[in-house]
Amino acid sequence: MTETVVSETERERPPMLRVGAAPPEPKTASSLEFTSAIRMESRRLRFFYGSNQALHDISIRIPEKSVTAFIGPSGCGKSTFLRCLNRMNDIIADIRVEGDVLLDGKDIYGPGVDIVSLRRRVGMVFQKSNPFPKSIFDNVAYGLKINGLCPTAEMPERVEKALRGSALWDEVKDRLHASALGLSGGQQQRLCIARALAVEPEVVLMDEPASALDPIATQKIEELIYELKRDYTIVIVTHNMQQAARVSEYTAFFMLGRLVEHDRTDKIFTNPGQKITEDYITGRFG
Amino acid sequence: MTQSGRRKAFSRFVEILCGAAVLLALVPLFFVFFYVVQQGFSSLNWDFFTKMPKPVGETGGGMANAILGTLYLIAIAGALAIPVGLIAGVYLSEYPRTRLATATRFTADVLNGIPSIVIGIFAYSLVVMPVKHFSALAGGVALGFMMIPIIARTAEELLNLVPGTLREGALALGATRSRAAFSVMLPAALPGIMTGILVALARISGETAPLLFTAFNNRFFTMRLDQPIASLTVQVYTYAISPYDDWHRQAWAGALVLVTVVFVFSVLARVVTRRLERMHRT
Repeated sequence: MTETVVSETERERPPMLRVGAAPPEPKTASSLEFTSAIRMESRRLRFFYGSNQALHDISIRIPEKSVTAFIGPSGCGKSTFLRCLNRMNDIIADIRVEGDVLLDGKDIYGPGVDIVSLRRRVGMVFQKSNPFPKSIFDNVAYGLKINGLCPTAEMPERVEKALRGSALWDEVKDRLHASALGLSGGQQQRLCIARALAVEPEVVLMDEPASALDPIATQKIEELIYELKRDYTIVIVTHNMQQAARVSEYTAFFMLGRLVEHDRTDKIFTNPGQKITEDYITGRFG
Repeated sequence: MTQSGRRKAFSRFVEILCGAAVLLALVPLFFVFFYVVQQGFSSLNWDFFTKMPKPVGETGGGMANAILGTLYLIAIAGALAIPVGLIAGVYLSEYPRTRLATATRFTADVLNGIPSIVIGIFAYSLVVMPVKHFSALAGGVALGFMMIPIIARTAEELLNLVPGTLREGALALGATRSRAAFSVMLPAALPGIMTGILVALARISGETAPLLFTAFNNRFFTMRLDQPIASLTVQVYTYAISPYDDWHRQAWAGALVLVTVVFVFSVLARVVTRRLERMHRT
């Protein structure tokens, strides 16, 4: 009796968990239509750590003023891909990138690309909040200062705008010159968002921005993302399926370094095109 | 004796051994300090701080020129070594695996262990030989060479403790690599680096050997970079080996002032570190 149960469980296991099984061919729904213009696009992007290939032919289009969520099990390459979008991987030794990533139709890996101005246009918020050990004001002003984007006289105005944009202004307006490290975890993360917004990027990449926060702080970040997509193109990596469903219009599912499926979020979560996607979002593995 | 009784007794024995070792380490320190204070304090007076040395045979006078000279030499050494040490430390931490970094790290460690008299000879051939006379600059250079490896290695180690996510944060905002290093990483590591700098200053302020044939000595007051200059250490050495009782007394007083200077640097290192850390926390 017991043996029968075990073998049934075996059979029900998703095929991906078997060692050596090849993932299915990527299936970006050809019917996937975007309601806004394409802001970023990758074409057959391949990424190598030394001789180890981490990303296989990722082709994806990211429409502007919307939220695209990347989901997938740990180590599937979603963060690596995200970091390809602003060339953050460049600081790692012994990596190689093949294929194209287009920002407004121009290849960001092309010759003569100014990586500094690229990163100003494609901002990033990290998994662990990383405020500089400076005052709240100086944190937000940092990007403006180093890029020479605004005269000192206008700085307070721009800082306030960015802090309002990240819904932090009311909480910190009386202590702008106190150290940023005195803020709570959730406030620190919103400060990092404000810091990214201050330089007015076109795209904001978020690498699991709420994974280290409690539910209330997470809710605030999610509400903020919902607000921000009116003005910014947002790409978010998340381990939290509900979060992807709540905040994004489009969802891309990654597995073993491949893009398995990319579609509208409601489609992915209600009627996924691949069995493996369904298995993942229903919690059969991962 | 029971098993647990034996273990307790052994534990007690080790405790006593540790206590004895601590005492053994502290006793010489205590005696040196006690003796210097006892001998030096009676010879300390206002004249010692304000008056110049008297000619041989006359009693009285002070070490005003040597006290100022020591501070002046420390300032020269710091002005040369702090920027070089910090920048080297930033390089070591930002590009840890380059061949230049490996060589620099190795050289710094060797330099740190070289007898100070050899550093003095080096500064002699570098600064004194070409112009054929001793100078304050040569003394400062010699002391500076002793500081550089300490500062560079402390800076490197403390920069490595700063989370790399801070660097990424700065780069993601469009900072260049060097901008991120100097405007974010270095300020974050500064409290600890300040300690390293002050420890290095304390270390060199007590050095005699590197000054013997670089700064030499001077019985008169000077602030000129190209002239020999007096320092407390060399003055104490000169007076201590002289045959005059009055000079011996002054040497003790000089030693006391020297110990106090080192002590002040050490205390300062702690206070400054704690201050800066607290500033960062809240």
